[in-house]
Amino acid sequence: MFRIERARLIAGLARVVRDVGQAEELAQDALVSALADWPRSGIPTNPLAWLLAAGKRRAIDGFRRKEMLARKHAEIGRDLEDERDTQVEDLEAAMDDDIGDELLGLIFAACHPVLSAEQRAALTLRLIGGLSTEEIARAFLTSEPTVAQRIVRAKKALANAGLDFEVPRGAELQARLASVLAVIYLIFNEGYSATAGEDLIRPALCAEAQRLGRILAGLMPDEPEVLGLLALMEIQASRLNARTAPDGSPILLTDQNRARWDQLLIRRGLAALQRAEALGGANGPYALQAALAACHARARTAEDTDWPRIAGLYDTLAGVMPSPVVELNRAVAHSMAFGPETGLAMVEAIAEAPALRSYAPLPAVRGDMLFRAGRPEEARGYFEAAASLSQNAREREFLLGRAAAC
Amino acid sequence: MRVMVFVKATEDSEAGLTIDAETTAMFEAMGRFNEELIKAGIMMDGDGLRPSSDGKRVAFDGASRTVIDGPFAETRELVAGYWIWQVKDMAEAVEWVKRCPNPMKGPSEIEIRPFYEMADFEAALSPTAEAIHSRNAEAMAKS
Repeated sequence: MFRIERARLIAGLARVVRDVGQAEELAQDALVSALADWPRSGIPTNPLAWLLAAGKRRAIDGFRRKEMLARKHAEIGRDLEDERDTQVEDLEAAMDDDIGDELLGLIFAACHPVLSAEQRAALTLRLIGGLSTEEIARAFLTSEPTVAQRIVRAKKALANAGLDFEVPRGAELQARLASVLAVIYLIFNEGYSATAGEDLIRPALCAEAQRLGRILAGLMPDEPEVLGLLALMEIQASRLNARTAPDGSPILLTDQNRARWDQLLIRRGLAALQRAEALGGANGPYALQAALAACHARARTAEDTDWPRIAGLYDTLAGVMPSPVVELNRAVAHSMAFGPETGLAMVEAIAEAPALRSYAPLPAVRGDMLFRAGRPEEARGYFEAAASLSQNAREREFLLGRAAAC
Repeated sequence: MRVMVFVKATEDSEAGLTIDAETTAMFEAMGRFNEELIKAGIMMDGDGLRPSSDGKRVAFDGASRTVIDGPFAETRELVAGYWIWQVKDMAEAVEWVKRCPNPMKGPSEIEIRPFYEMADFEAALSPTAEAIHSRNAEAMAKS
């Protein structure tokens, strides 16, 4: 219950009291009073306004109590009282503001650069997603006290930073937005990396991240990278049902049963990508990755895959987001589009990159290209090397099988 | 989880669209509700259906097929519109439906039904059935 209002309520209160921890407590109090009140009086026409008003009363009560105490202790008279009234008035004025982008402000606060990546993810899931500490702990395969402490520290760090919970503007907006998008994608990938048979809360992180992405796209409808990330997540999530065999082993994209791809998500993803591109965002890192995912989503069969287009997109991505892993994928795309020899030359160029030193996919890709180029003896050694680097028993088995087939 | 939310028909909706102040106000309220659904990130799809007088039914009995023209009698069991939502659980779907403006002029009902997940079908599909479904999905992706 109240999942509908919770995040916006906390956001509205945080902007007034400028402290997420306190805002969360006030929101909780307001929800409790609604639980007592609504069954008798019915759901108010504007539930959020009702809850905000209840939270505001609590905030002012708390403030007055504190002031009374201070007055008793200090025994100062008139001056303090005047000041108190002004402060209460300020508080009331702030509460009466028509708050439209309060939720966006809270999202930006939860993903603030003063926090660590783990703190950002935990706080975003707690405040915006409304997940309990226990759910977050289960989702991130860690203990409840660890997550609880992570959240407490994050709230403290935000309070110390003296945030105003406003949406950043101008040049700052793009930098801060990048952080928000990274947090959402991190949550998505955490869910995506969950394996069959794991606690269901982990795959549910994908749905949570998609929802965050949709909320953000609703709040910032003209930001191409927001739409790019949304498109990327919708299209990747469309394959969730197809990517593992009944025994839990992973199925390669090209071997997946495309009947299991979720066409509703693909349609939504393609639509979001189209909007991102129409807004001039075709070359954003997320939009490019979404465009890559879209190439696979559009192919009716693996054979229909438009590899030359994928190779071209990777060329662009390598310029926008240079990394050895992107280069490796780029080499794979070129090998599929233009033949294994082309791919091999590209792989050899990056084979010494320190970041790929113990990266099992590198020798696995090299083995595959050599095998396709009709050089099985050389391929075998690379498959064996990949198997010895792999952390995953099933993957190791697969690679040793390929080595044996050489 | 994904749910389909059905707006059930009434005598009014079966009579077709009447443009009056009440309908206009309802459309406005419904527009705002849809806006909330989108902002909350749960809205996947949705639309309204014309009265059953524009519809047809095909009745099956063994080898026979009988076409029945609308309108259909059991008004309150008919569907007048639908949404597809992605929600955390049924409780959340119920909360949202409670917030929906009454879609009809008089008393009306909205019904929430969860989708089957792919896993639910696993046991029911033979390899042949699986292959056919696979072809169908490919064909749908093409269109």
